[in-house]
Amino acid sequence: MTEVPDAIVCEGCDAVYRRVPLRRREVSRCPRCGTELDRHAGDQSARVLPLTVACLILFAIANLFPIVEIELQGLSNQTTLAGAVVALSSEGMSPVALLVLMTTILFPLMQLCILFYLLVPMAYERRPTGFVILVNALQALRPWGMVEVFLLGVLVAIIKLSSMAQVIPGPALWAFGGLTVLLTAVLSFNPRTFWEMAFEPRAGQRE
Amino acid sequence: MSEPTPQIRTGAQLGLMSCHHCGAVWEGAEEGEHCARCSTHLHTRRPDSFNRTWAYLIAAAILYLPANLLPVMITKSLFGTQQDTILSGVIYFWVSGAYGLAALIFIASFLVPLFKLTALTLLNFLAQRGSEWRQLERAKLYRILEVIGRWSMLDVFVVALLAGLVRIHGFAEISAGVGIAAFGAVVVLTMLASLSFDPRLTWDTRAAKGRKQPDGTKRGERVV
Repeated sequence: MTEVPDAIVCEGCDAVYRRVPLRRREVSRCPRCGTELDRHAGDQSARVLPLTVACLILFAIANLFPIVEIELQGLSNQTTLAGAVVALSSEGMSPVALLVLMTTILFPLMQLCILFYLLVPMAYERRPTGFVILVNALQALRPWGMVEVFLLGVLVAIIKLSSMAQVIPGPALWAFGGLTVLLTAVLSFNPRTFWEMAFEPRAGQRE
Repeated sequence: MSEPTPQIRTGAQLGLMSCHHCGAVWEGAEEGEHCARCSTHLHTRRPDSFNRTWAYLIAAAILYLPANLLPVMITKSLFGTQQDTILSGVIYFWVSGAYGLAALIFIASFLVPLFKLTALTLLNFLAQRGSEWRQLERAKLYRILEVIGRWSMLDVFVVALLAGLVRIHGFAEISAGVGIAAFGAVVVLTMLASLSFDPRLTWDTRAAKGRKQPDGTKRGERVV
């Protein structure tokens, strides 16, 4: 099999187009079904590494400190995200605990660590070991990290409790807010860009 | 259909396969062969897409009942034990005057999963029949489903956090009910269903399949 380097195939309807070089901020869409075909990477690759580091710091704060504290009749209780996962699993809700653990802690952390691991050597134009597996993993993890949904869930829970007890937001809540914003910027970085960075000239032409 | 697009040639017609991970386009690749760039298996269409989507959809539809009928949250307070289902939680917010919040939870937890189930059933059914009915709208619908599906997890996170937080023994204790496990399963299954549905099948209509290359040759380089 041979690569057709200047062709682009629409993922939404399988239509074949010739790849055209895009200018900054340009996005090409399939005229038949409207699915995004290509997007100019811009200076994103330079910005992603510092944003990833910032995300990792916020991620640590978000997970080490309590999210909220409640006070009721002089008694108080607080929880971290991991604390909530442990509480769920101790109640015999291990599948739900596992789901929460994966979508809010494990997958986002994996995404960030993989990005960091890949981007640091690539800043020196070196291809790190395990490149292929890790870029594919990054692509596969994309739909399953749900930090932004969790943040909305925390806000709903706070409103729900506010009628029943006094609710004090913890430092992790603000960290989650910041993390959601930064993570959106980091994850808008398409993992496919890695292939363009790593394969120039492209594989098909070298053969 | 907005306008006729007679020049469209599909990868399937031209003998081209694109890698769904790295986007490389290959000519003359065998079904199931590895992408030479990222070693992903290459497929013209997602393998067994119709059957897998049906399987996930049926499983999700079955679990949708316990997810809505069984309690998702059990609150033990001085006033006794209260069991909440997803809808009773919505009603609680509505009655207490938090209309916006009630609407948010109603949409995220009740309407979105229901909408996803019906929409994917429709998309899969029409694609399997090779229907040409409103293909552009169906393509848009699929893209909407991919974006909104994750927000159904909202209730799972609310219950998880409340169960971890409200554990003041004797005064107030919240624990997760069985319903939330079923509900989480519905969300995951509908996400898997939409990931296994291949949007390209919407465009593989009977007419498109009949419209083969006139000379039968592969012309990867001279397209559009």
